[in-house]
Amino acid sequence: MSIINDPRVVEFNIRTDEMLINMGPQHPSTHGVLRLVLRTDGEVVLGAAPHIGYLHRCAEKIGENLAPRQWVPYTDRMDYLASMNMNLGWALVVEKLLQLEVPEKGRHLRVLVAELNRIASHLVAMGTYGLDLGSFTPFLYAFREREKILDLFEQVCGARLTYSYIVPGGVTGDLPQGWLQNCAQFLQELEPVVDDYHALLTSNAIFIKRTAGVGVLPGEMAVNYGCTGPVLRGSGIDQDLRRDGEPWYTSLYDGYQFAVIVQKEGHYPQDHDYPAVPAEAVLGDCWHRFYVRMLEVVQSMDIVRQALDKYAAAAGDCGTPIKLNHKLPPGEAYLETEAPKGQMGFYLVTDGSAIPWRVRARSSCFANVSVTSELCRGCLLADVPAIVGSLDIVLGEIDR
Amino acid sequence: MAEFLVHTLSLPAPLAYLLAALIHCGFILGLVAAGAVVFIWAERKVSGRIQDRLGPTRTGGKFGWLQSPADGIKVLAKEDLIPRAADRLLFRAAPYVSFSSSFTAYLALPFADGWVAFDTNVAVFFILAVLGLEVFGVILAGYASGSKWSLFGAMREAAQVVSYEVPLGICVVIPVLLTGTMNLTTIANMQAGWCSNWLIFHDPFTFAVFWIYATCALASVNRAPFDLAEAESELVAGFMTEYSGMRWSLFFMAEYSSMLLVSCLAVILFFGGWHGPIPVFDWLGWAYPGGASSWQLTGFLANLAGCVNFITKAVIGVTVMLWIRWTLPRLRIDQVMTMCLKYCVPLAAICFIGALWWQVAGWWSPNHWLPLRPDGPGGMRETWVVAPEAACGEVARRLPWADSAPPHGAARRTLPGCGLAGPPAGWRTGSPAAARGGVQ
Repeated sequence: MSIINDPRVVEFNIRTDEMLINMGPQHPSTHGVLRLVLRTDGEVVLGAAPHIGYLHRCAEKIGENLAPRQWVPYTDRMDYLASMNMNLGWALVVEKLLQLEVPEKGRHLRVLVAELNRIASHLVAMGTYGLDLGSFTPFLYAFREREKILDLFEQVCGARLTYSYIVPGGVTGDLPQGWLQNCAQFLQELEPVVDDYHALLTSNAIFIKRTAGVGVLPGEMAVNYGCTGPVLRGSGIDQDLRRDGEPWYTSLYDGYQFAVIVQKEGHYPQDHDYPAVPAEAVLGDCWHRFYVRMLEVVQSMDIVRQALDKYAAAAGDCGTPIKLNHKLPPGEAYLETEAPKGQMGFYLVTDGSAIPWRVRARSSCFANVSVTSELCRGCLLADVPAIVGSLDIVLGEIDR
Repeated sequence: MAEFLVHTLSLPAPLAYLLAALIHCGFILGLVAAGAVVFIWAERKVSGRIQDRLGPTRTGGKFGWLQSPADGIKVLAKEDLIPRAADRLLFRAAPYVSFSSSFTAYLALPFADGWVAFDTNVAVFFILAVLGLEVFGVILAGYASGSKWSLFGAMREAAQVVSYEVPLGICVVIPVLLTGTMNLTTIANMQAGWCSNWLIFHDPFTFAVFWIYATCALASVNRAPFDLAEAESELVAGFMTEYSGMRWSLFFMAEYSSMLLVSCLAVILFFGGWHGPIPVFDWLGWAYPGGASSWQLTGFLANLAGCVNFITKAVIGVTVMLWIRWTLPRLRIDQVMTMCLKYCVPLAAICFIGALWWQVAGWWSPNHWLPLRPDGPGGMRETWVVAPEAACGEVARRLPWADSAPPHGAARRTLPGCGLAGPPAGWRTGSPAAARGGVQ
């Protein structure tokens, strides 16, 4: 049987100078079902091509058959680690189309849960990043803290991961009794633990060796590829939609004091006691992206504290969700929000009935993962999980 | 033991030796297997506690102590999968190569005074040489698996282990230098007495060498932060990816037994072996005096306690290895090699020269503080084996120049300023087994 007909042979004309390796889709460190085809010369990666689509579930097509309120669970399952932010993005764009304003209390509640979910998402990013690099313990510490957040969310809406809580018009239910105290207590418990994370990862010599100078993404390339979120800010570009976005979104954050974590004029915001930047770290490398996320956790904690107070002080109700047969005026609306992993956009085109004509989700991770092939060129094989982990991708969002 | 069998049970000599060898192997296999079982359980509990969780708690009632046997039973019952692209013979042979080399090294390791399967004057050399064979199993496994990921893991491991054998060897040579012998039993016996006699406290260079040895030992047995051959996040399981069932568990056991081995070696070379921090049995006078030839209960108990002491220290070493694994991230292969070639080797070499200098110049060391015997000086470290005095006759007879004058520049036999011309009468030289006359 010639080699062509032998079904066991999958590679013909095998080159002996380069090796074609397949990383994934089942792989302990590709953060989901991502397939990376690597061309390597020994340990040096000459090229990496990401192949996606293993988690495509036709969410956008399904959105053409469901009322906006019914489509909310599909947004949950996009970036399933930050469901609240996905829900928020979708709810806001529907409300923008309808020009429906949510009462003040509802706005503060939305900020509260969205920022809490940002903390949870960054904790997962941090923990799994340590796991990729061989540090098993911070993963469990991060999940221990995240467990408390998930418990809080379970008290709020009954779900631990895919909440479907923020819906167009308001939220599905108000906070239960005593929840504000529980949340405040959680923040108190989280604060000293963040220092542990810094000691185990951010300031750890081996971690710095693995991440500093690795996968350097120049600011211009980041902008060209459409990278957003911590990936963009880690390369030194000052952009955060909570401050710079559309008024329909930034009005949510009116009155909140928080700093955008980006390196300006050579240093990061000084409002807290952050660990120092090591000398080996180059702006735009994996370490800086990781650092931005760690600092954003602290900023989000600040925002949550402010939101707790504002929510308690606000009067009224949290908004009424729109009905399923609510007729959507014909038109279109697009809104991008600052999700934990980047700028998540939802585009809604309606034709006058209760069912949208087209829904489109602009995934933040989609643009972020596209830069993988550039970053992985010339690095060592062991750097590939470091780079992919630092981009913090979730395939649910990329594939939708 | 063979002697015992010959004389007491009147067995023919070859059969007696064979039986003795089998019994020794049985003991060591028992130790290795039991060690692996205990360490796997300990790893899961220790890692659990470090990660703020409990680890196995249900298997076996309390503390999950039956988890390892349960895993063993599960592993035995698994399907024996050999990938289609694998080289069948090499794939099957590889785990045995690894495991047998790891196990063989224990043959030369003494657990107490005279309790050693293979008492040899080149024990250190033997152990290092046999440990180096383990990498063959890994390379075979990686190549024979027929998978590119396994190949990657094997190549990384080959480079790493072979490179780290160099600084490991230098680190090990320093206690050999200080004691003048490669016989592990002698090295341990020379550290008898208070813990200040331990070689790690001999001079600052030896102290530093211990830490370099610890790093090189970690790299040698592929433990974190040097475990990129089994890097889960990159290579699934490296060279072990295609292995399942008993074959995999042999690799696993080989890893744990290597960990215990380098830990035991460190204990003998640096921490006094079976001699405790406090010389309890010296006070009781239970230890075998030099030249004793008959079995005594007190001596046996002293040796037993020494063995327990030794294993305790080795287990502490392994626990520290576990601790480090669950704390630190992993180094990349080029960083591992940089660490070896640019840091470990030069540092080890500098410490070698430093320790040598300290020895030759005869500077004070904590080993001199509390002498081994009330009447004698502490820390007699010089080359007994060259001394042709009558008191050391047994060993001297084995040496080529024993009947003539020692070669030029014969090393001093005692430390300067201690006031003795030679070892005190009756002091043990060479191996106690030799002193007792014959292989035990």
